[in-house]
Amino acid sequence: MPTTIRGESRIWRKRTPRQTLITYLGYLLGAIALAVALRFISGQTLWFFVWDAPQQAGDLISRMFPPKWSYLAKLWRPLWDTINIATIGTIIALVVAIPVAFLAARNTTPHPIFRQLALLIMVSSRSVNALIWALLLVSVIGPGVLAGIIAVGLRSIGFCAKLLSEAIEEIDFKPIEALDATGASGGQVVTYGIIPQVAPAFAGITVYRWDINIRESTVVGLVGAGGIGLPLDASIAALQWSQATVIFALILVLVVFSEWVSAKVRAAIR
Amino acid sequence: MRGLAASGSAGSSAANQPLPPSAAALRGQPWRPRPVVANPLLRYAIPVAALAYLVAASASIDVNWQRVALGLERARVLFRGFAAPDFTSRWAFIQTGILESLAMTVVATALGILLSVPFAFGAARNIAPLPVYLFCRAFIAVARSFQEIVIAIFFVVMVGFGPLAGALTLAFATIGFLGKLLAEDIEDIDPRPLEALRATGASWLKQMSYAVVPQIYPRFIGLSVYRLDINFRESSVIGIVGAGGIGGALNTSISRYEYSTTAAILIVVIAIVLLSEYASGVIRKRVQ
Repeated sequence: MPTTIRGESRIWRKRTPRQTLITYLGYLLGAIALAVALRFISGQTLWFFVWDAPQQAGDLISRMFPPKWSYLAKLWRPLWDTINIATIGTIIALVVAIPVAFLAARNTTPHPIFRQLALLIMVSSRSVNALIWALLLVSVIGPGVLAGIIAVGLRSIGFCAKLLSEAIEEIDFKPIEALDATGASGGQVVTYGIIPQVAPAFAGITVYRWDINIRESTVVGLVGAGGIGLPLDASIAALQWSQATVIFALILVLVVFSEWVSAKVRAAIR
Repeated sequence: MRGLAASGSAGSSAANQPLPPSAAALRGQPWRPRPVVANPLLRYAIPVAALAYLVAASASIDVNWQRVALGLERARVLFRGFAAPDFTSRWAFIQTGILESLAMTVVATALGILLSVPFAFGAARNIAPLPVYLFCRAFIAVARSFQEIVIAIFFVVMVGFGPLAGALTLAFATIGFLGKLLAEDIEDIDPRPLEALRATGASWLKQMSYAVVPQIYPRFIGLSVYRLDINFRESSVIGIVGAGGIGGALNTSISRYEYSTTAAILIVVIAIVLLSEYASGVIRKRVQ
């Protein structure tokens, strides 16, 4: 136990001197990085525009309220599209992610080469944000819901495949051995030995990702990929902040709803 | 016995008890797995409803197939761009963008951590009084509900274009993320050390720093590093609405169809993401 001696008594210390030194060195490095970053940002900022931020904020709030609730009537279609982007995107992601997950899991992969290939798919899907996928797809296949669906789907493949493959790696092999011992065929082993073990995890991951995708599909419209982001972009471009407030309220309700659904379903599975 | 496909009731009869009539009727028949959904009405209603939804949803997507066909040519150009990424002709923009992204990430993470700690303590039911708890929970819920890019729109309006808006955006989002997860950790702590310290007459600050903080510290470091990672990823997109970082350059390069520059930017972003993910994985493993 690290202590310091002060006069006659030994006083308890949390860390040894060496640990203290390393800790403070870490803090120092962090502080230097922070100072450099702050200086850089400050150099890139027009402070003239920052000083009137409180006025700008006040102005913005006065434009946002009262919300123009009549605009809600025009939002049902974009809302429906938003839900579709998330749901169909999740389904597409699952269709691709399930085989990828089986290839990536150490215990089910047919060959290490397939495993590396699956890991590559997972990494490239996960490293690129849904909005960047959407930007690329809008430029390639044109604006619309389809670009949003594919963007959300592509982004979700890596996430789902990673969690699914972890679930597959954790399965218990005893039921599979037991099935093998009864002379079950390969298909029967998968149906009765593997699927029952991973199905709850799969369902949980799916709903979790769907919840995230609802959030993401609310913004892909900002770059033209459909959903409720489209009217949001249009309202902001036209400085119709009272309409934007209605959209923000709707997004909040949608996100809270999807989180509630996801929590309920995951609790029911467990 | 567990898997008998009887009408829901014949699950749990022990071997020495007489079988219920519904199970007895199944004797001699091949074994079938128990259905996933117990209620037979729901069992058929769910797939039908799901199918109906899918048909309705797919029907409502209108796709301009001519435009998609046109896009195939563009996709080819895009892939060619990835085969030969062009780092040089726009390097000045790429460099500034990446530096801005990194600076935003560092500042936002530091500021976000600093501000999220009081919110986390305020949002933990076992520590905070009810009014504080409700306020902090509401703030965190709002901060979490909106995507970074939506928050960025607000900060751009308030402080103008540039990385300052981006840093504030990411700091705000960090409060929501860290605040919620840390609050949950604080609620899950072992209450006994807290009681022990309280019994010695320690002040509130001492109770927190010796009973609560040591219990959540490893998770706190892990989550902070994880958030650093997320903040960099997000800093590469909020530039789309003018909040600084590499996103602006990315957006411009795509809208100008300079796909080889796009590819170069994406490669740099992915490389940094992978590097930071690896580093954060190592740090988290060492701390936990």
